[in-house]
Amino acid sequence: MSANTVFSINGPVIKVKDTKDFAMMEMVYVGNKNLIGEVISISSDYTTIQVYESTTGLHPGEPVTGTGSPLCATLGPGILENIFDGIERPLQKIKALSGIYIEEGCNIPSLDEARLWDVSIPVRKGDILDGGMTYATCPETSLIEHRCIVPSDINGEIIFVAENGKYTIKDTLVTVKDANGAVHTLTLAQKWPIRQSRPIRERLPISMPLITGQRIIDTMFPIAKGGTAAIPGGFGTGKTMTQHQLAKWCDADIIVYVGCGERGNEMTQVLDEFSSLIDPKSGASLTARTVLIANTSNMPVAAREASIYTGITLAEYYRDMGYHVAIMADSTSRWAEALREISGRLEEMPAEEGFPAYLPSRISQFYERAGYVTTLSGKDGSVSIIGAVSPQGADFSEPVTQNTKRFVRCFWALDKSLAYARHYPAINWTTSYSEYIDDLSAWYETNVDKSFLPHRQAIANILHEENKLMEIVKLIGSDVLPDDQKLVIETAKLVRVGFLQQNAFHKDDTFVPMEKQLKMMGIILYLYNKLKDALAHGAIFSDIARTDLFETIIKMKYDIPNDNLALFDRYYKQVDEAIEKLISQKG
Amino acid sequence: MSIQILGLNEINGPLVALENVPDVGFDELVELKLNNGTARLGRVVQIAGSTCIIQVFEGTSNLSLNNCTVKFFGEPMKMPLSEEILGRVFNGSGRPLDGLGEVYAEKRLDINGQPMNPVSRVYPQNYINTGISSIDCLMTLIRGQKLPIFSGAGMQHDKLAVQIVRQSNISEDSGGRFAIVFAAMGVKNDVADYFRRSFEEAGVMDKVVMFLNLSNDPIIERILTPRCALTVAEYLAFEKNMHILVITTDMTSYCEALREFSSSKGEIPGRKGFPGYLYSDLASLYERAGVADGAQGSVTQLPILTMPNDDITHPVPDLTGYITEGQIVLDRTLDQTGIYPPVSTLPSLSRLMKDGIGEGFTRKDHSAVANQLFAAYANVQDIRALAAVIGEEELTQSDRQFMRFGELFEQRFISQPFTENRSIEETLDLGWSILSVLPRGALDRVDDETLNQYYDHEAARKRFGIE
Repeated sequence: MSANTVFSINGPVIKVKDTKDFAMMEMVYVGNKNLIGEVISISSDYTTIQVYESTTGLHPGEPVTGTGSPLCATLGPGILENIFDGIERPLQKIKALSGIYIEEGCNIPSLDEARLWDVSIPVRKGDILDGGMTYATCPETSLIEHRCIVPSDINGEIIFVAENGKYTIKDTLVTVKDANGAVHTLTLAQKWPIRQSRPIRERLPISMPLITGQRIIDTMFPIAKGGTAAIPGGFGTGKTMTQHQLAKWCDADIIVYVGCGERGNEMTQVLDEFSSLIDPKSGASLTARTVLIANTSNMPVAAREASIYTGITLAEYYRDMGYHVAIMADSTSRWAEALREISGRLEEMPAEEGFPAYLPSRISQFYERAGYVTTLSGKDGSVSIIGAVSPQGADFSEPVTQNTKRFVRCFWALDKSLAYARHYPAINWTTSYSEYIDDLSAWYETNVDKSFLPHRQAIANILHEENKLMEIVKLIGSDVLPDDQKLVIETAKLVRVGFLQQNAFHKDDTFVPMEKQLKMMGIILYLYNKLKDALAHGAIFSDIARTDLFETIIKMKYDIPNDNLALFDRYYKQVDEAIEKLISQKG
Repeated sequence: MSIQILGLNEINGPLVALENVPDVGFDELVELKLNNGTARLGRVVQIAGSTCIIQVFEGTSNLSLNNCTVKFFGEPMKMPLSEEILGRVFNGSGRPLDGLGEVYAEKRLDINGQPMNPVSRVYPQNYINTGISSIDCLMTLIRGQKLPIFSGAGMQHDKLAVQIVRQSNISEDSGGRFAIVFAAMGVKNDVADYFRRSFEEAGVMDKVVMFLNLSNDPIIERILTPRCALTVAEYLAFEKNMHILVITTDMTSYCEALREFSSSKGEIPGRKGFPGYLYSDLASLYERAGVADGAQGSVTQLPILTMPNDDITHPVPDLTGYITEGQIVLDRTLDQTGIYPPVSTLPSLSRLMKDGIGEGFTRKDHSAVANQLFAAYANVQDIRALAAVIGEEELTQSDRQFMRFGELFEQRFISQPFTENRSIEETLDLGWSILSVLPRGALDRVDDETLNQYYDHEAARKRFGIE
């Protein structure tokens, strides 16, 4: 192979002239510093490469060498509790190597090659291995058992098995001879091209919700395990905050958090907060189930484009072990902008707002990697995707939001005016939707209560009614409304402040179990129906307003601890007594 | 050894093309020596084989294809640095303007910087006391934060910046040294003068490094100005352990310079003609704020930008808001009613505030009073909208109380004389005092314990002369 050299340089895009040595999507090393790059287009004249690091100081004539394989993620124990950049380089190691800044050409292995893992190997010599079978396990963190899966393209008879014991990710654990006589060695780690989805046995229908402990999500707009959701919102509306809450509390086994083109300080916050938080179910630190991918806005733009794929590949890998994985991508708009930036450098014909015409297909390819599946090993696993979208000018008609909307089934629209009023989570209940309600209704009926869905609908109706009435109130004030409509407005306020609004910094309110969510709805509706009755029997709304019923119940999220739901009975008694008094006064 | 080449092959706007350049690096610094003895700096922005495109910082006027020699330095543009840089004034591309000669460099650093490793960052927690009630209480500035001021043409953002610089107090612990790096991009001559004079009057000139790129200077220099300024800031913060406040004004001019440059290169434009990489470009500046592991200093950024036509959805404020950790929005209506500083409370926000306030930093009740002020003032806006339709007379008793609260909040809390420096205690107490004109039941964001301590309806009525 004759030496290939850099011909032209334009930002992160370089070209190599007159070569036929490279394959599409092949990973290459560029220049004397060995910058990592990927082949993105090939013609008979030029091979175009996007470089994942800064090209400052690169000269034409410097060498470009191919690696013969596409950009791959290294998969093996040591991924959890770790923090990587967009192309899976370990940031802690880079810090040890190059200080507070990231220098170019830091080519260090993704996973710690010296660390010894306590491996048990359940297979025996002579066994027939097939793609998807587990050949080794080791405890990766205090929460998660790492299961090494045979790659789907390898099968055959085992001709060597190592003893159970301590091994690094480089040591050979199992050797397999396939039908053609070729010998494959299996270690703890394997590689997988990030742009290709990992194989599964079959997709299963959606049936279980991803419980997040956030009332507006779990009750009003639930997301399913294996589902997809988008959180669009202008700046300051709390996208990141919502993502953090979900990453902390949702009942997935593994969390992959991708900070894609966002703020550096936010990643630090995730690191700090997650290591100090304790998972309520297991008592272990939250980092034990989390992997972070941080490609902040000032890090190279091409690696930002790759970070989303790296994240989803890691997610799929853990799904294949039979875990439920949730991946948070914050923010997919930055990823789309990276696509636009690279597309611009390639001088491709732009479609809407300068975005390339293939934007919708790339977005759908990403979201379609979610799903509830039976893995090759016959276990159930899922990948749920929650993507934040940062629309320009908070205008939801821009291309990224619109195209995302077509490919997700859950849409949590964040609202600026709610955020201004410090109503968090600022998810707007009129523009958001979830298509999973029907899929999940059976689960709610068996696992929560038969009354859950009717309650949910009743609450939604009150909010809807309020929305209509507010049009009038805005014009002429609430005083002129008839009493029953005043009651709707007051109850809707109770729903908004007492139920939908949730305090992420309060120890009980930050995560609310389904049972409490149901009971909270229950008491609100009980109060509403009782008062409606009372009004029908001649009570006057101004008398009702003078009782402290609304004020008391609005504080239920703080006053009732999550572990003592029996206290709700107190409210029922209070409501009954107050109404009796109202009616007796009248009588 | 550096290469020199005689003559150019093409000139187009700020760009010149050179052919048959033997060995040149991307982003390398070049010097163009004219026949008349003057010299200009430039930078390699694109290479194709032996042809390279150079962007000339001081503009290409008077250049011809054969009146200059191009010298390649073999390295990207670097800023000479030493502690003596304090008190100096430079032009937009980092050349001394004050006649004191070149900086005797202890170190020379690439002005593009390098991205900070997210794991090397320390989460910013220590607050900066600006002495301005609206900022300290409602959108607290944290060391290592980037908090832009969104203003509009004709509003008093410069005055506010000066007041912040003068009053900012960071010496309360560790005796850390404080300095300001000030970068003016495309500002008017008298604005630059105003800043210089104000810094001198406040006696802080020896702690200031100034970069001046005036509105009639070449746009290419404007693209370098914030980079030079931030390189100085990083050096002083992370190598000299100082706390640096970087004020950059006006970011809108910077972005427009970027747009002009991008279109002269023939790039595909994104929204409103700005280049598609505007977000990444702004991020490469704003993200240079922060606190680093192992260094005592910090870089805090206070970029000022004017929203064209007061439109917050314009690409410049919009993309800025997505990168920075909050924003301080100035409001024209408040400005016109004579309220200074005209800080618009509701759209303003400091994202890092929640972890930098409260016990140990400011005071335990800080977040309670801030939340309640926000919520109550949001309510005032709704009531005002209603009052505009049905008239104030028709409002309910409680609505009228809110109206009065809104007025007091604007006149006494937001509004503050240019010379008044309020301590955090004064600010918080004033906040409680104004909240106390509302009935206790209306304060639904505060728990009873805190209310018992701070709520005093009678005292508030007396203080504000309410019957």
